[in-house]
Amino acid sequence: MRRPLSEENFAFILITPAVIIIFSIVLYPILKTLYMSFFNIDLTNPFSRPFVGLGNYLEILCGPTFWNAMVRTVYFAVVSISMEFILGISIALLLNEDFYGRWLLRSLIIIPWAIPTIVNGSLWRWIFNPQYGALNALLTQIGLIDSYQSWLGSPFLALNMVIVADVWKMTPLVVIMILAGLQTIPHELYESAGVDGANVLKRFFHITLPMLKPTILIVLILRTMETFKVFDIIYIMTSGGPANGTQLITYYTYREAFSYLHLSKGATLAFLISLTILGLSIIYVKALGTKTEY
Amino acid sequence: MPILRRNRKIFTEVFKYIFAFIILIGTLAPFLWLIISSISPEKELLAKPLQWIPSRHTFQRYVSIFTESENNKAAYVFRQAMGNSIKVALSVVVISLISGTIAAYSFARLKFRFKNKIIMVFLFTYMIPPVAIIIALFTILNELNLIDTLLGLTILYSSFTTPFVVWIMKGYMQSIPGDLEDAARIDGCSRLKALTRVILPLALPGLIATGILVFLLSWEEFFYALIFTSSVQAKTISVAISEFSGRHAVDYGMIATGGVLATLPPVILTLFFQRYIISGLTAGGVKG
Repeated sequence: MRRPLSEENFAFILITPAVIIIFSIVLYPILKTLYMSFFNIDLTNPFSRPFVGLGNYLEILCGPTFWNAMVRTVYFAVVSISMEFILGISIALLLNEDFYGRWLLRSLIIIPWAIPTIVNGSLWRWIFNPQYGALNALLTQIGLIDSYQSWLGSPFLALNMVIVADVWKMTPLVVIMILAGLQTIPHELYESAGVDGANVLKRFFHITLPMLKPTILIVLILRTMETFKVFDIIYIMTSGGPANGTQLITYYTYREAFSYLHLSKGATLAFLISLTILGLSIIYVKALGTKTEY
Repeated sequence: MPILRRNRKIFTEVFKYIFAFIILIGTLAPFLWLIISSISPEKELLAKPLQWIPSRHTFQRYVSIFTESENNKAAYVFRQAMGNSIKVALSVVVISLISGTIAAYSFARLKFRFKNKIIMVFLFTYMIPPVAIIIALFTILNELNLIDTLLGLTILYSSFTTPFVVWIMKGYMQSIPGDLEDAARIDGCSRLKALTRVILPLALPGLIATGILVFLLSWEEFFYALIFTSSVQAKTISVAISEFSGRHAVDYGMIATGGVLATLPPVILTLFFQRYIISGLTAGGVKG
């Protein structure tokens, strides 16, 4: 009779396919990116690829373009995530109350999230259109502006308008996560607070918010990491313009590598992004730890 | 003071409904505008002042996307791209559900060396944004002749969906009571049989949720598709949409029509399987 498989060997067999996938398509490319970042590989000059050591890192970290892109990325993260949280928590609190049609609103709220990012971007570019856009038409008809504006025409305004489009799509996700968090808060806590005479605001700040803290922390870190994935919406709405005003770090890396064909500079930026994500992942794991303690 | 209290209660009730109404409009209006734009006559879309409700509606654009062939290149490309997206998304669902679920089972249920370290590696790979590896992937796929192929895209998409499946399914597996599996093992089931006959049927809701989320992730992926595909044989719906917006910059109605068509499958799936999707999302994953 064949000897039954030991637990450990069975486990190793089961994880092999997944391990092969992530090693060959994620981890090996990260190492290859690191390797490429030490050379000067430029597709406009394909026959020479000299070793430059940390030269690319010095060039990028000493220049203004990287830091400008970083500052915009941080601005994007801070503004979009705070708006998503303010809206997301208010909407989740509403959806946790009783009212007619709650089930309908709960189902419909998810729609923006289900729209593909590229469609979302092209939808908002159409709404913000300087000549025929719905936003201009609406604001003129209710008398808030006198003439049509070019919403994506100046750098800082364009960045904020892209944030609006992103917030519209991603707020439902925050609503769903927070609503799930709200439903785990025991009802007795509110009842005893009601007996003690705590008003709505007090109950929110002393019961709801502390109980939601683990959920908020996790959503916060995940959304921060996702700011480094923001690409589609910029590509379709502004292509990083005007005057690089919406060029976040991802778009900058893409442009360096695939528009200017400076593969090594792109690889250097890419590796700097990996390092940032590694740092954020470690924070995330620590945060998950505090959640299980809860 | 009962009158004051009653007034306050009415005020909160009214406030609730006003707030709910604003949320409803804010959620639906932009998407409704996309649908209206797709069925409005071109002239009315470009009118000033803008007519919000078109005087007549036309489904001509939808008809032309699905019927015109040789003479309308855009419609043909769009149809092909939709087919490519479906093929890639379904293959990715199959590959990552199988490889991810068995790995998740082993992380959730079995004891082995380096387990926690390997789990951390999986989590990290799930967090890595595509831009961090795309340059290396470009040189690798170039050497393997996989650029501009559906197979290449399927492999690339599996790289971020597989860790996602592992992460969510691990949670589901841990929530299934261990006694059931132990009982099956005592009755003489092998490990493999216990997995396929006992654990997998119980994890079915999780599998459905995860499978739908993976489908949505693949369907809306754009970055890899933009870099790695260019021909009609391989390009996906998101790339077709971006080209629609770029090339046919004047035909807003057609852009809206493409947008509605690309949005219908994920929106219908999401509304239909909402309960599963929410359980999957809150189990620890987030779509980008």
